[in-house]
Amino acid sequence: MKRSTLVALKVLVWLACLAPFLWLVWGAATNTLGPDPTATITFTTGLTTLRLLAIVLAITPVRKLIPKLAWMIRFRRLLGLFAFFYATLHLMTWVTLYAGFDVNRMASDVVKRRYITAGMAAWLLMLPLAATSTNWAIRKLGGKRWNWLHKLIYAAAVCGVVHYWWQVKTGVMTPLTITIIIGILLLVRPVLSLAQRRRPKPAAA
Amino acid sequence: MLIGNRPSIPSSQITPKDQYLNRRRFLRGTLAGAAAVGAAALGGERLAQIISPRTSVLAGTRLQTVKSPLTTTGEQLTSYEDITHYNNFYEFGVDKSDPAKNAGGLPTRPWTLQVEGLVKSPKTFDIDALMKLRPLEDRVYRHRCVEAWSMVIPWVGYSLSEFIKQCEPLSTAKYVQFISYYDRHVEKWADEVAGIEWPYSEGLRMDEAMNPLTLLTFGIYGQTLPNQNGAPVRIVVPWKYGYKSAKSIVRVRFVKDEPHTTWNDQAPSAYGFYSNVNPNVDTVPWSQATERRIGLPFWQQRRTTLLFNGYGQEVANLYKGMDLRKDY
Repeated sequence: MKRSTLVALKVLVWLACLAPFLWLVWGAATNTLGPDPTATITFTTGLTTLRLLAIVLAITPVRKLIPKLAWMIRFRRLLGLFAFFYATLHLMTWVTLYAGFDVNRMASDVVKRRYITAGMAAWLLMLPLAATSTNWAIRKLGGKRWNWLHKLIYAAAVCGVVHYWWQVKTGVMTPLTITIIIGILLLVRPVLSLAQRRRPKPAAA
Repeated sequence: MLIGNRPSIPSSQITPKDQYLNRRRFLRGTLAGAAAVGAAALGGERLAQIISPRTSVLAGTRLQTVKSPLTTTGEQLTSYEDITHYNNFYEFGVDKSDPAKNAGGLPTRPWTLQVEGLVKSPKTFDIDALMKLRPLEDRVYRHRCVEAWSMVIPWVGYSLSEFIKQCEPLSTAKYVQFISYYDRHVEKWADEVAGIEWPYSEGLRMDEAMNPLTLLTFGIYGQTLPNQNGAPVRIVVPWKYGYKSAKSIVRVRFVKDEPHTTWNDQAPSAYGFYSNVNPNVDTVPWSQATERRIGLPFWQQRRTTLLFNGYGQEVANLYKGMDLRKDY
C-alpha cells in the first residue's frame, strides 16, 4: 500500500471512530440527546464499544480468508484503543451519572449486580491490552507472550455481550444482532485454524 | 407533594403549547438538513417559526376539564413532545420512539369498554359516554418507570372509583383486571418481545383500584390521549411502576383471585403483582434508589426515588402489615 493511501485511510478511520463521541458532545452542547440524555450517552458508548470490538475481532479472520486485505492489521491497534476509549467513557457514565462518585455504592453495585460485575470485568480485561499496546511493550513482552496476553480480548468481548443481556428487560431482544456477530467472529477462529492445519501448505514454486 | 386545598392549574393555564414544545427538537424536526444549517446561521428559531407554523405539531381534541384537589404541585411538567415521543408500548415496538411512529393505526373510534366478571350484570360502555360519566379533571402526577426514568404528566380523567361504582361489583370481587386492546394486524410489533402473551393484562387489588388517586384517564395536557399514550382510555396508578398503568383498555373484569399480569408472567422475580415504587427494593438488575427525570440535560436528570413515588400519605395505609420486600 502506498504511504499516502495509508495516511488517508488512517484519517478516515480516526474520523469514523471519533464520530459517535463527537455526536455525543454536540448533542450535549445543544441538548439534542433525546428525552433521556443519560440513557443515550450510556447506550451509545456501550454499543460503540461492542461494535469496535467486533471490528477488531473481524480483522484476523478476514486476513486469513482474503489475503489481499492483510493490510487491515495496521488498523487493529487503533481500533482496539478506540474500543477501550469508549469502554472507559461508558464506565465513567456509571461512575458519574449513575453512582455520583459514591464509592460505597459502586462497590456494592459490582458485588450485587451481575450486569455491572460483567461490565466491570470486561473493562478490567481490556485494561492490560490497552496498557501493552505500544511497540515498546510488544518488544519487552516478546511476540509470543504478547499474543497470549491479547487473547484476553475474547473474554472481554464475551463479558461485554453478557453485560448487555443481563441488563435488558426479560424478553427484549435488542442485544441479539451484536451477539450473533461477535459469536460468529469467535467461533470462526477454531474453524479456520483447524482448516489451516488440515490443508497442507502449497509447495513453493 | 400533594396539597389538598390549593387550587390546581386548569388545563387552559398549563404551559402553552408553544412553550412546551422543545424548540430545538422542533427546529430539527421541521427543517431539512440544509435549511436547518441556514436557519441556525441566520439566528434560527424565528426563521423556523416562519417556515413551519407551530399548529401542525399538535394532535388531540381539546377537552373540557375542571380542577382537582388531587393534583401534584411544585414540579416542572415534562414537555408534551417528550411525553408523546418516549413511550413503552411494546405492542407498537420496543424502542421508545417506536410507538409514536407506529401507533397511528390504533382504531380509537368506535371503542367500547366491557365490564364483566363478578358484577351485578355485565355492561358495555361506549367511550364517548364514558368520558361524560364524570367531570374530567386535570391531574398532574409523577410517573415512574421501572427502568428508572420519570416524568411529570398532566393527565386528564376521573377517579377509577367513580367508574367502578357504576360497574356494581359484587362483594366477592377482590381484584380488578384490565385488558388492553390487541390485534396482531394492527400491532404487528408485539412479537418483538420474546415470551409475552398478548393481550396485555394488568390488575389491582380492589382497595387500590378504589383509591381516589387511581385515575381512569382520557387525556394529557387538556387534550385527548395520543394513541402512543394509550388512547382512548387507560389506567394511571401514580404510586406504582409505569407498567401497572394499562393502556388502551377494552375490558375490565372483576375477579376473586389475583389476576395474571403481563410483566409478572414474564419475570415473576423481577415484576411483582404490587410493583409499588420502592427505592429500597431492587428486583430488577439495576438500582431503584434514584431515577432520571426526562427532558433535562444529563447533569440535571438524577434525583432520589421516593417510596410510593411520593404518594405515601395517600396510599401507605393500603399496605399496612405487609412486608414490602416480600410483596414487591
